[in-house]
Formats: sequence, C-alpha cells, structure tokens
Amino acid sequence: MNDNQLLLKVRDLKTYFFLEEGTVHAIDGADFDIRRGEAVGVVGESGCGKSVTGQSILRIVPNPGEVVEGEITFYRYEKRDDGTEVQEVVDLTALDPRGDEIRSIRGGEISMVFQEPMTSLSPVHTMGQQIMEAIILHQKVDEDEARRRAIEMLRRVGMPQPESTVDSYPHQLSGGMRQRGMIAMALSCSPSLLIADEPTTALDVTTEAQILQLMRDLQQDLGMAIMFITHDLGVIAEMTSRVVVMYMGKVVEGADVDTLFYDPKHPYTRALLNSIPRLGHDKSERLESIKGVVPDPYNLPPGCPFHPRCASFMPGVCNVEEVPNFVIEPGHTARCFLYAD
Amino acid sequence: MKAYIARRFLYMILLLVMASMVSFIVITLPPGDYLTSYIMRLKAQGQDVGLDEELALRRQYGLDQPYYIQYFKWASQMLRGNMGRSFEFNRPVWDVIQPRLGMTILVAGVSLIFTYVMAIPIGIYSAVRQYSIGDYVFTVIGFAGVSIPNFLLALVVMVFAYRTFGTSIGGLFSIEYVDAPWSLAKIQDLIKHLPVPIIVIGLSGTAWLIRTMRATLLDELHKPYVQTARAKGLKEGKLLAKYPIRVALNPIASTVGWALPGLFSGQTIISIVLDLPTIGPILLRSLMTEDMFLAASTLFISTALTLVGTLISDMLLVWLDPRIQYT
Repeated sequence: MNDNQLLLKVRDLKTYFFLEEGTVHAIDGADFDIRRGEAVGVVGESGCGKSVTGQSILRIVPNPGEVVEGEITFYRYEKRDDGTEVQEVVDLTALDPRGDEIRSIRGGEISMVFQEPMTSLSPVHTMGQQIMEAIILHQKVDEDEARRRAIEMLRRVGMPQPESTVDSYPHQLSGGMRQRGMIAMALSCSPSLLIADEPTTALDVTTEAQILQLMRDLQQDLGMAIMFITHDLGVIAEMTSRVVVMYMGKVVEGADVDTLFYDPKHPYTRALLNSIPRLGHDKSERLESIKGVVPDPYNLPPGCPFHPRCASFMPGVCNVEEVPNFVIEPGHTARCFLYAD
Repeated sequence: MKAYIARRFLYMILLLVMASMVSFIVITLPPGDYLTSYIMRLKAQGQDVGLDEELALRRQYGLDQPYYIQYFKWASQMLRGNMGRSFEFNRPVWDVIQPRLGMTILVAGVSLIFTYVMAIPIGIYSAVRQYSIGDYVFTVIGFAGVSIPNFLLALVVMVFAYRTFGTSIGGLFSIEYVDAPWSLAKIQDLIKHLPVPIIVIGLSGTAWLIRTMRATLLDELHKPYVQTARAKGLKEGKLLAKYPIRVALNPIASTVGWALPGLFSGQTIISIVLDLPTIGPILLRSLMTEDMFLAASTLFISTALTLVGTLISDMLLVWLDPRIQYT
C-alpha cells in the first residue's frame, strides 16, 4: 500500500443551512486531503463547522442543511484476484443523498463514531442487533455469521465478556463500554475511512485515554484512515499526523502536526496555541485568550472572518477581499494575506 | 416477572374492593332512593300510596336496612356473579346490560381501530414532512377535531345527512330491522349505519393521537441514534420505521389498555344524541332514577376494566421498552 495514495480530497466545500432567520454558512470553503491510512485532525472551536464537515462527507447533513458547492472526491481501492489494485473515483457531492451508491459507502467504506455514546445508540435494540445490522447490510453473510463477527468485533475493541455483552442494551453498559460498542459497529465492515466526531468528549479522562489508545491500535492493525474531529489540541497532538484548523466554516490552516505546533502561520492558529497552558509557564501570568467574540453566523464580516479579532489585521485588505488559500511550502497552507506572494 | 404480576393482582383486588364501595356510596349520595322517586311518579299519576304500602315496598326491595348491610348484600352477591336486580326494568342487571354489550363493544371497538389506523400514519407523515402543506392541513383538521365537542359534531352531521339524503341517521339499524332476527340484510343495514357514529366518536381521539404521534416522533427524529442509523447506510424508510417510529410508538401502544373501560361503557352523550343502543345511556338513566344495583354494577365493571386496562398497559410497556424494569 502506497502511503501517499489519496483517499479523500475535499475542495472548496460549502454547506449552508437555510433557516428562517437567514442562511448560516456552516462550511464556507473547506479544502483538505486525507491519504490512505493517515490520521488527520480537524480542530476548531464550537460551531466552526467541524461536525458538519463529517456529515457532509457522508451526505447526512440534517435538514435544512445542504451541500451547495464544492467537491468531495473519494478514491475507492479494490483488490483484484491477481493482486493488483484498481482505483475508482467517486464525487460524493454528486450523489443522491438517499441513493444506493452513497448508502453502500456509508457504514461500509466510510463510517462514523459520534460524540455522545449515551444517545447515539438505539435504546430499544441490543448492542449485537445494532452491530449485526451494519454487517448484514454491507456484507453477504447470514445472521449466525453476522453474530459471530459482531462478537469478534466486540472482543477486538476490548469489550469484557463479548458473548454476553452482545445481548446487552446500551443502558446496561457504561459510557466507555458504549463508545467501544459504537467503535465496534463503525469498524465492523472494515471501512477505509473512519470519521470520529469528538468520540471522547463525553467521557472521563481515564476512559478517554483508553479509547484513544484503542483507536490508535485499531488504526494500525486495520490500516484505515481516521478523520479526528475535536476541539482538544492535546488529543490532536497525540492522535494525528496532519491537522486542519477551521474557523467560521473555513479551513484556515493545514499542516503536518509538528509544523502546526512549532511553526503556526495563521494568526488564528497562533492565538489558539497561545491560549493553552504550558509546563513551565509562570503562574502569575494570565493565560492569553483570543480577544473579541465569535462573529454572528447570520452576519459574517466581509473578507477574512477572523479580521475583527486578528492581531495582524491589515485595514483595506483583510476586511475587503475574500482570502484565497496560500501555499507556504508543500503540505502547509494558510488562508491569510500575510502569506500572499 | 411472575412475582411482579402476582403483586399487581393483589393490589388490584384491594383496589376493586375499594372501587365497589365507592361505586355503591356514589349511588346513595343523592337524597332519597329509588322508591322515593318511584312513589312520586305513582302519586303524580293519581295513585294513592299509603304509608303501609310504602313500608311494604321498602322491605320488599331491601331499602329499609342501613346502607352498609345493603352494600354487603350486594357485594356478596357480586362475588357469586350475581349483580342484583334492576328496580326499574324489574330484571336482573346482567339481563339489562347483556343485550347492549355486543353493540357497545362493536361501536367502541371499530371507533378505536379507526382512530389508530387513521392517526398513526397521519402523525408519522406530519412529523417526517414537518411544515409541509400536508402537515398544515392535518394540523388544522387536528385542532378542529380536538376543539369541537363531538356531541355538537353529531348534531351537525345528523342535520346535514337529513337535509342532503333525507334520511334519519340515528340508531344503528333502520326501523324495520331493529327487532328483526339477525340476517345478511340486517348486517348490511348495520354496516350502512356504522360510519357516522364511528367518525363522530373517533374524530376527537384521532385528532389527539395525530398530535401526540407527531410530537413524540419529532422528538425522536432529531435524536443522535437516528443519525447513527443513517450513517450505517440504512434506507431512509426502513430506518424511520425501525428506530424513531418504533421508539415513538411505545407510549401510544402502552396506552391501548386504557381504552378498555371505554369499550364497555361507551360514549354516553353521543350515544344519546345518535340514539345508539349502547350501555352509556343505560348508566345515565340508572343514575337519574337511582336504580342502585344497575348503576353500582355498571360503575363497578367500568372501574374494574380500568384497572385491568392499566395492568395490560404497564405490561405492554415493560415488554416494548427494555429500559423499563419491574421492581
């Protein structure tokens, strides 16, 4: 497997919500790539469009949201009998969100783990029923075989006594167990991409560490790519090799994880990193915060959405023009006029 | 589970004893008794009823004894399956109720089925297509159905039917079939008469159920587990039926048992307006004439069915929703 093979390419993605109060530009220009087997972090504060990005890829944006522009190119790789691989290219934005093709991708090739393990599982079906459903939907197996695979999957995610927990209802399990079950369900059809939407936000730190460890192990074993959506920079540093930073629906910076932490370019990324407490920090010093507030989503400022809060604001430039993506060096982009040639 | 049901049965027996007392006390509350009103009627017809005669009648009916003795007599007869005698009809209570029981169950049962069959699909449609034209239309009909008293609707429908078709639509049979033995023609006549009472009785329930179904399903539709199911790649229709609708139906399915007393006593006011041969009007009449054993027995059966219905509901809920435990 070539590590540089593209798996998902998102270009100029725009997802809007058409509400009575106005149109919310939940995603307003997202560009990033995910390569096979790679862990990519998507980071940003609440409401920046991280979760909607995941929903847009699976085409499950809830009403009244809609993918209005852009491309999401998904590369499918199929092994032939003679060992060669064939590549098939699908533009996910062109598919009917209720059609057969996107449904075969959902859960089969791209699957998702959600934030709240308490409410993301059906309260009236057992863990096993919910995992078996995904298996039967995407693989040609009968019920007995699906049950065997569900138990095997539960064992793999470290569920204690999988033979009995398979028949447990979610309310009989702890938060961490439910999230393990959720991961087992997502991985039951060996997807090539797992979208993890803040999978550990609702868990305590000990359980969080266990779940993160589990996801890292499974990623290595199964060779899948992970898109890790979070607001926690610590989790990003630990889990991912590349990061995209989002602000107000736009991807403002993309880089590999070391570059992003040691040489951030976009003023928003810099401000974000400055607001994390560090070891050796003088106790008497106040922690820096980003000045100003997040703009009103119905009434975005013109130009760069970050300019009212930006330390390097250039009047007459930042508040006038749409900012394009500038390539700083290969693999490192920033959406900021400071880096215009 | 067995212990739970056994315990519930014990509570039920206790409640039934209390219910029988309340049913009996209710009848003794108004001043006077059946004989007072009976003698008044006789006197109004010009018959002279002397004090001796009155006392003799009182003894004959057992009304000369204190209430608690009357209650124990009635209660011990009830235990042996004898509900006492109706003073007014001068027949055993069961013989008064029994001929009307079939029609009561038929009318109430068909109305109930009509309510569920209409309301559940419409409620689902209204929730899934929230704020569509169809949803608005059903919302208007729903609110009208909830707010119009159904006896008024019954009157309007009767006037309308009389003016347009020139037929009286009261009752469940045409005059020539009322006392006729059962035949195919009589059944056809019944089927022709059924729709009006069914719609009139069922409308407000249907309207309520549409609103309930819509509201509970709307709550469920936006729960994260629906998105999880969608992210699995399930077909939208199958997904809706298996997850949110299944969960939203729980509270509705579990209240089915509450309809049980309604099947017995029926809709009293509508039955009077539409002249339906059900038990409701009999109950009202027995209360007015203070026909104590008929009234008490009818009230008692209604209460007993309410208790049984509640037990059925609770058991259904435990069966439908694994989160609910018997303790």
